[in-house]
Amino acid sequence: MNPLEQAARWLNDPLNWTNPDGILARLGEHLALAGSATALACAVGLPLGLWLGHRHRGGGALVTASNVTLAVPTLALLTILPLTPLGFGRPAVVLALTVFGVPPLLAHAYTGVREVDPQVRDAARGMGLSGWQVFARVELPLAVPYLVGGLRTAALQIVATTALAALVGGGGLGQIISAGFGLTIAAGGGQILAGGLLVAALALLVEGGLAGAQRLVAPHRRRPAP
Amino acid sequence: MSLPVAGAARVAPDNPWFSWRYAQDNADAVLAALREHVGLTVTAVLVAAVVAVPLAVAAYWFRPLTGPILALAGVLYTVPSLALFAFLGPYLGIRPRTVLVGLVIYALLVLVRGTLVGLRAVPEHVRDAARGLGYGRLARLLRVELPLALPGIMTGLRLATVSTVALTTVGVLVGYGGLGQLILGGFDNNFYRAQIMTGTVLCVALALVLDLLLAGLGHLVTPWLRRAGGLG
Repeated sequence: MNPLEQAARWLNDPLNWTNPDGILARLGEHLALAGSATALACAVGLPLGLWLGHRHRGGGALVTASNVTLAVPTLALLTILPLTPLGFGRPAVVLALTVFGVPPLLAHAYTGVREVDPQVRDAARGMGLSGWQVFARVELPLAVPYLVGGLRTAALQIVATTALAALVGGGGLGQIISAGFGLTIAAGGGQILAGGLLVAALALLVEGGLAGAQRLVAPHRRRPAP
Repeated sequence: MSLPVAGAARVAPDNPWFSWRYAQDNADAVLAALREHVGLTVTAVLVAAVVAVPLAVAAYWFRPLTGPILALAGVLYTVPSLALFAFLGPYLGIRPRTVLVGLVIYALLVLVRGTLVGLRAVPEHVRDAARGLGYGRLARLLRVELPLALPGIMTGLRLATVSTVALTTVGVLVGYGGLGQLILGGFDNNFYRAQIMTGTVLCVALALVLDLLLAGLGHLVTPWLRRAGGLG
């Protein structure tokens, strides 16, 4: 029997879905971990990126920061944080995931504000808007499409990284894959492939959903000036 | 919540984050992991580069191919690394080759995109001038378009290399993760901090060194950019 048939058989067993550590429970864990990490990353990355963009500061530092996080293996952070005073359990995993979600949010928020047409900003100032009003009424609304783009990149990154939490026993759908490898390929091949399919499907769903959201908030084709 | 804290306190006295003695006593194991990591990364990026450039050229020459190639690259790139290794594992088995194929796929996507962006950025008037000089399609590609696309290709190469260094660690899933073996091994072996940190630091250092080497190489192969920079 080839691995694909094995995977289909594994997915077809209702017990594999409803077990205490079955697919549904793992999916719940995955969404809870990824959801809280994404929320945390937004809470940190968006205000900071918007503020830096508004003050037009720290662009170079943002690029450096995102390049450095690219070089740090996800696995390293996932193994290191539980050994700090954070301790084992969800907080350490969520924090590790958050670290990888913040850079895209920061970068997109910063770019979104910086991309606002300087003439529009000048016009707003000329109308007597204060710095805060320019930000809240002009820059922020115009930056929304970028913010959603940042959310899309960050959420995808976090959902993908959450799968790796399984390597350190952090839960989530990746746990199905690592458990399958624990059974050796011959016995667990179907389960490994099934886990891979589930993780990939979730990532594609998140990506597709947020791409749709991005299209909704994208500015309509620029109308020619009247 | 109190149990892990108590555990951490118990192991803390003789579990430092950095230990030179660990590195000395385990030099063989550390070097073996580093060698495996470098081997996997460099092979993956080289293979990916050899496949990516012709693929990008195909997409560049035959416009109808561009959409599908980039869409496929986008979908594959969305697939998390753990899932990709899970797809490959049951078919390719527990071998270094499995890790290598996964790494090549990811690097390929970055490189195809970088090369295509570089080729697309060649100004139309330059292409026209080359045509006017009597260059054929292939000659134009080799002598005008690819050289002009080099900055894009080098950017893609650097990006692919840095992310491949980090991604190789995920190879632990199939038992061949280079420095990832050290990192996860330290975690599984009584949370041995020095081992985890040694693996992590070497991994980041390797990414930086390879990135600098490629930056230097990019500098060497695009002398005209330097001259332009000097004048500007």
